[in-house]
Amino acid sequence: MSGAISTLMVRDLRFLLMLVTVWGVLGLAGLLRPHSIRFVARLLFPLGALVCFGVAVLAGIFLATGQGPEVLVLPLGLPDLPFHIRLDALSGFFLLLLGLAGTGISTFAAGYFRSGEGTAPALLGLQYHIFLASMAVVILADDAYLFMVAWETMALSSYFLVTSQHRIPDIRRAGFLYLIMAHVGAICILLSFGVLQGGSWQFTFDAMRGASLTPFWATTAFLLALLGFGAKAGLVPLHVWLPEAHPAAPSPVSAMMSGLMLKTAIYGMLRITFDVLHFRLWWWGVLLLALGLFSALYGAIFAAVQTDMKRLLAYSSIENIGVIFTGIGLAILFQTSNLPLFAALALSAALIHALNHALFKSLLFLATGSVLHATKQRSLGKLGGLIRRMPWVASLALIGTLSIAGLPPLNGFVSEWLLLQSFLFTPQVPHAFINMLIPLGAAALALTVALAAYVMVKFYGVIFLGQPREASLVNAHDANWFERLGLGWLAFGCILIGVQPQLALKAAAAVTGKLLGESVRTSPTVWWIAPIAPEQASYSGLILLLGIVGVVGITFVLVRLLAHGRIRRTAAWDCGYPWQTSRMQDTAEGFGQPIRHMFGGFFRMERDLPSPSDSAPRYRVHIEDRLWRAIYLPIARGVQRLADAIGVLQGGRLSIYLLYSFLTLIALLMFVL
Amino acid sequence: MTGITFIRQFGEVVLAITIAPLFAGWIAQCRAWLQNRSAPPLLQPYRMLDKLFRKDAALATDASPLFRTTPYVLFGTMVLAAAIIPSLVTDLPFARVADAIALIGLFATARVFQSLAAMDIGTAFGTLGARREMMVGFLAEPALLMVLFNAFLVFGSTALPDLVDGYATHRSVVDPSVIFAAVAFLMVLLAENARIPIDNPATHLELTMIHEAMLLEYSARHLALAEWASSLKLFNYSCIGFALFLPWGIATRGQDGGGALLLAVAALIGKLAIAGVALALIESLSAKLRIFRAPEYLAMAFLLAVLGLLVHLLLGA
Repeated sequence: MSGAISTLMVRDLRFLLMLVTVWGVLGLAGLLRPHSIRFVARLLFPLGALVCFGVAVLAGIFLATGQGPEVLVLPLGLPDLPFHIRLDALSGFFLLLLGLAGTGISTFAAGYFRSGEGTAPALLGLQYHIFLASMAVVILADDAYLFMVAWETMALSSYFLVTSQHRIPDIRRAGFLYLIMAHVGAICILLSFGVLQGGSWQFTFDAMRGASLTPFWATTAFLLALLGFGAKAGLVPLHVWLPEAHPAAPSPVSAMMSGLMLKTAIYGMLRITFDVLHFRLWWWGVLLLALGLFSALYGAIFAAVQTDMKRLLAYSSIENIGVIFTGIGLAILFQTSNLPLFAALALSAALIHALNHALFKSLLFLATGSVLHATKQRSLGKLGGLIRRMPWVASLALIGTLSIAGLPPLNGFVSEWLLLQSFLFTPQVPHAFINMLIPLGAAALALTVALAAYVMVKFYGVIFLGQPREASLVNAHDANWFERLGLGWLAFGCILIGVQPQLALKAAAAVTGKLLGESVRTSPTVWWIAPIAPEQASYSGLILLLGIVGVVGITFVLVRLLAHGRIRRTAAWDCGYPWQTSRMQDTAEGFGQPIRHMFGGFFRMERDLPSPSDSAPRYRVHIEDRLWRAIYLPIARGVQRLADAIGVLQGGRLSIYLLYSFLTLIALLMFVL
Repeated sequence: MTGITFIRQFGEVVLAITIAPLFAGWIAQCRAWLQNRSAPPLLQPYRMLDKLFRKDAALATDASPLFRTTPYVLFGTMVLAAAIIPSLVTDLPFARVADAIALIGLFATARVFQSLAAMDIGTAFGTLGARREMMVGFLAEPALLMVLFNAFLVFGSTALPDLVDGYATHRSVVDPSVIFAAVAFLMVLLAENARIPIDNPATHLELTMIHEAMLLEYSARHLALAEWASSLKLFNYSCIGFALFLPWGIATRGQDGGGALLLAVAALIGKLAIAGVALALIESLSAKLRIFRAPEYLAMAFLLAVLGLLVHLLLGA
């Protein structure tokens, strides 16, 4: 038996590659019957979900057995440039993440895609599965060449998915912005690899690990990687594409982009910082910490004032990416300060938060998809009261909402707890000034976490609770069974990691053990986690959940026994005011108003206030990112001006063009001769 | 971990549940005396609870299951919080389950549930209350966390019982950061428990309400549980304050025999009595702030807590 298992393990990587190929085959198979939604969605997508599950299982086994990296050289690619593939703990962890969240998303997608919406089903299926496969290859790649090919495939396939409803001009614009940012990022990553090869002109990661860079060049490579991966992850100020592209895409695609694709950027950042580069400088950590905290706060503040449910979630993704980068920054800082255990704690927090975010953000994006299908509304101002029409989606989304708000005993709390724990130990860093600043960082993180809860109460309350804001909402229908299954899988993941955090902690420990040579303590029992030492801090999600359920249950029974359970249904009281309408509830703008008031400096706000004598009063408020005008528009204008200047060359006359060719030829001849 | 610790744990929780309404009644009585009104009897809160439990629950037609479950969740989270906070003894088996960060998480869970329930019926006052509660909450939570961070740094643990044990063993000098932290904590306590200057527990003016606005649609046993939960919350916050700043009398690990336990009960009641007078005094002497001043007040608490932290690092390092 054990022999059979061990042979299975040796073939882990081959199995994984086979599964990745199956995605490609599934994508292509759709082309056999390009317009059959039943064939593509109801058959191929569930099969894709099974493949995702297989990937998760293989990656999980690989992490659990804790074996060394497996490498493979594929006889594909250009002559003399074969593809290198490698499965180690870091890629195993991210494959696990990809598989777990992908299972839920693909199952949901099976019920989500309908015919007659933009791109033909088969093309959607092809792009979708190529997108999945390319993300897996990004994670498995062991040379810069394959990495960049997969990275670009990922960007392009997701671009086509984003623009699947390409007849809408806004969606085309969002897609264009996404494409530009993706390519600017890709150039930075390419340059970073160029620096990392350190003159050896060997582009395998193995060769790069051996290259000895001076601190200057290492810093250059790190900063280029930060720019490139930061643009993909949506780190402020490179985040502008995110709130445009995520809402534009169909919901399963938004879930994939937000839940999974952003994580490939985290993966790339970790791969280069902790694996390929052989040393790190302490101020890189401080830089990441500052950028991460700023992104987190920025994302949370902007999420609070959004009125479109998917934009709100996109900004919340920026916040969560910020939290993850905060963890990575702390890990670098600790590691360079010779505190490997605390570095492992911070990195574990970042990794687990990445996993958690993949689960709950996918769950919420998918829930908005169900809401969108049921109501045809994306604007929060036109929703409300859906908990009564869509009880399944509402209760599963509630789990996601509570998780992302960082509430115990669900999973979001676990990673925040770990991260706050690691902040507590920063005073041991041997830089007095940093020690002074770190409490402010912890304060900013605490503020962000609390603000996230505010945002999620707004999100859930406005969509699912209260009175329907539009008459048409009474016809909203609940999600179908595929959708429920997909949502249920992700909600189950949120609860499981919440009550059994040691599972995630063990997976993260496998990674930190390889990257930092140290891992946090993973407790042997199912009851506790105590990552540093049991006498310093411990947490048990399971007992907490049992405690809450137990006390609530006992209270319920006691109330029934000692008092009674009589109910009388009446109209809402509302202080005796009888003419209550649904328009008297807080709108999304109203709920975000305190944040707009407090953090006014962050926004560029345009407001139309009606005057008292208006016969048809209209209140309108428009909120914009200041960074958009401060950074992006000047760059765009500069590029435009440059293009105009170069455009002078393009006179449109053939004879002039011939003259250019002639002059170029003469100039080149001058060099040659 | 023996059976006796579990019994003590259970006893502590039961004590918390039973005397929490009494504490609320005591504050109301002190306040009435200070304001030259005739005071309600000390047991008035229990009579209210009894009356509410007898009544039929009037539930809005549209109320969802979330609305009906929330009072139980509020009560449950507050009872669990009482099990974590060392109000009498520090050798609590349950305190290992959730440290102080998880305790803040529990309070946040209660707050989120309460706000969601307030939005469920879709009345104007309900959503208004939910929005304000979340606004106060998201500013108060980081301030509370900073206060606790301060204590964690002194004793190197995030579990509240360890902090109390730590005070008992090596509290030679008062750390000056504690003063900042104490003021910040008091401000947070007032804000989080819907008391003047942020909210007025006795208000009947809907437009100024925060906490009460969220409970407007509740009646009978649901209201009773929600009210009981909020008196438990005040009790819990007071006990956190005692554990952090006035830990005398709490039976520490190893010294928790019968006599020490009796002393702990007496000390707790004495501290609660004084705290009640102090709270009533603060509430009688200050005016309620406009809602837009609330962020300034809470930012002040936050800054004080951070200052305390910096003072600790500057002097301690």
